[in-house]
Amino acid sequence: MHRGITTAHSLVEPGPRMRAAAGSLVVLYALITIVPLAWIILTSFKTPSDAISYPPKVLFTPSTEGYCNLFTTRSRQTPEYIAALPPATGRCDQVARNAGMVVAGPSNYVPRFVNSLIIAFGSTVLSVGLGVMAAYAFSRFKVPLKDDLLFFILSTRMMPPIAVAIPIYLMYRELGLSDTRLGMIVLYSAVNVSLAVWLLKGFIDEIPREYEEAAMVDGYTRLQAFRKVVLPQATTGIVATAIFCLIFAWNEYAFAVLLTSGTAQTAPPFIPIIIGEGGQDWPAVAAGTTLFLLPILVFTVLLRKHLLRGITFGAVRK
Amino acid sequence: MFSDASAMLSPRPETQGAAVARPVSRPATLATRAAAATPAALAGKVRGLSDRAIAWLFIGPTMLLLLAINIFPLIWTIRLSFTNFRANRPNATVLGVGIDNYVSVLTDGDIWLAMQATAHFLFWTIFLQTLIGFALAYLIDRRFRGHGFWTTVILIPMMLSPAVVGNFWAFLYQPQIGLFNYVVAWLSGVPASSFEMIGSVRLAPWAIVIVDTWMWTPYVMLICLAGLRSIPDYIYEAAEVDRASAWRQFWSITLPMVLPFVMLAVLFRGIENFRMFDMVNLLTSGGPGSATELASITLKREAFEKWRTGYSSAFAIVLFVAVFGMANIYVKALNHVKNR
Repeated sequence: MHRGITTAHSLVEPGPRMRAAAGSLVVLYALITIVPLAWIILTSFKTPSDAISYPPKVLFTPSTEGYCNLFTTRSRQTPEYIAALPPATGRCDQVARNAGMVVAGPSNYVPRFVNSLIIAFGSTVLSVGLGVMAAYAFSRFKVPLKDDLLFFILSTRMMPPIAVAIPIYLMYRELGLSDTRLGMIVLYSAVNVSLAVWLLKGFIDEIPREYEEAAMVDGYTRLQAFRKVVLPQATTGIVATAIFCLIFAWNEYAFAVLLTSGTAQTAPPFIPIIIGEGGQDWPAVAAGTTLFLLPILVFTVLLRKHLLRGITFGAVRK
Repeated sequence: MFSDASAMLSPRPETQGAAVARPVSRPATLATRAAAATPAALAGKVRGLSDRAIAWLFIGPTMLLLLAINIFPLIWTIRLSFTNFRANRPNATVLGVGIDNYVSVLTDGDIWLAMQATAHFLFWTIFLQTLIGFALAYLIDRRFRGHGFWTTVILIPMMLSPAVVGNFWAFLYQPQIGLFNYVVAWLSGVPASSFEMIGSVRLAPWAIVIVDTWMWTPYVMLICLAGLRSIPDYIYEAAEVDRASAWRQFWSITLPMVLPFVMLAVLFRGIENFRMFDMVNLLTSGGPGSATELASITLKREAFEKWRTGYSSAFAIVLFVAVFGMANIYVKALNHVKNR
């Protein structure tokens, strides 16, 4: 980038006051933009009554009630019944008893989270695997109607998800794929493969053909050159693409809410329906949200150099 | 850099075939020259699978997946759109109704209300995100100390799950206990319980605009930043030598050179927000009444609550045509601006 070649005496370097002013405005925006997220994380450590107090509490005694409620289901019991029970065995047991309840069992959060993991990783492996092969072919070979095929691949991503969901719903019902992890993996792979092909084609285009050609001169077949020369060179691109696919599958809601209800349900349709006595249990919802968003925060930091490419389907590169 | 974007949007000149060896930078040995001289087909046969076979082998599975999950269902949708099929009554007789579904979609007042709500949402989210996103990118491009860290912080909202975002903003918008109402009350002096962001017909359309802007401004910012950084310094230096004012430089250098990037960002946001479902479904579910019922939400109600499958298939096809048509016209405009 040109930033590297800016000379020390460049005429267009912004002055120190201009820089300070720009910096403070950006920092102000960043701080405001992060407040909603910070608030949710704070709320996950509140008790239900602190969470709905007015005025909103910034300072409070942290509690694990939100997380306990997230992972357990509870039933209300009479004080006499609770008094007659043996001493509480764990922290969450104690928290529940303090609220006049008894832990009845684990909640569905863990199975939903596991579904999210399996479906996200499964579809990522499938779409990146298919994508890297198609991208290599589009990058290196003369393919008839190449531009039309590439545009077709991209256009599948423009369709409104609900419109796609109508026939998929019927098709999956016929095939017995409704509410199965396999069905969701195949569906998310089909959605992500367009992104994977476009991104990976960009990355593979950047690998000089001379590398493979030299390898083939040395006796490698085309397939060996692909495996031993191109794939290792494209590792960064493959990892970045895989993380984008993971994030999409992790965040997806429209298909999940329409096509899954139980065994294959992922976390996004589940989190909003976490309810306690008398409506939404906000600390538990906030706790579920916090745990669900943590992996994304990590990925955002890992991906920051490739973000621009990923969000524009490789159209803009840094 | 931007030529990549143009390549994406307009047919790319056919790239060199793989079999045609490019000039190799190192001194050509006898072997490389021999390889370059060997016809591709012959070379392929000698070494196992031909390039053409590999090309189809590599592209085939992706195409099959897309045909099964995108094209076959699309054709099925088109077929259903000419019938009175209802997915909750699979055994009822299905009658062909011709173009009746299309006629009722296009004359249905509710559909037009949904299109109006979608237009309001699209216009204001794109307007606000472009304005704030460009301003932020311009400020970040002043390269103050720590701009990398703060840029990453600003990017966080757009990486989150839209559904989960919609759900937690519903908490922030609670009239009595929500942080949003509290902050607005504190800043403006009106009582926090005097307005409901998602409960009132007047404010709900703005509630979804605010959340979408919060979430996606970083997206526009990131693309604008790439545009600003693609302008070479020497252009500004030449302008300085010519004593062009800062204002003049902004209008005749910065803005025209960033415009194609801004338009690309608008294209992506436009397509995405036209399909908007998850965030709004969890924030307002289209309510109150139908104040925030965007096209996708109407479609979901028709297809999965009223189970009018034939009718909603026709609506889905109308939406496809609309999004492809608008995207095509827009891409033409984008290419026009770029080639100016």
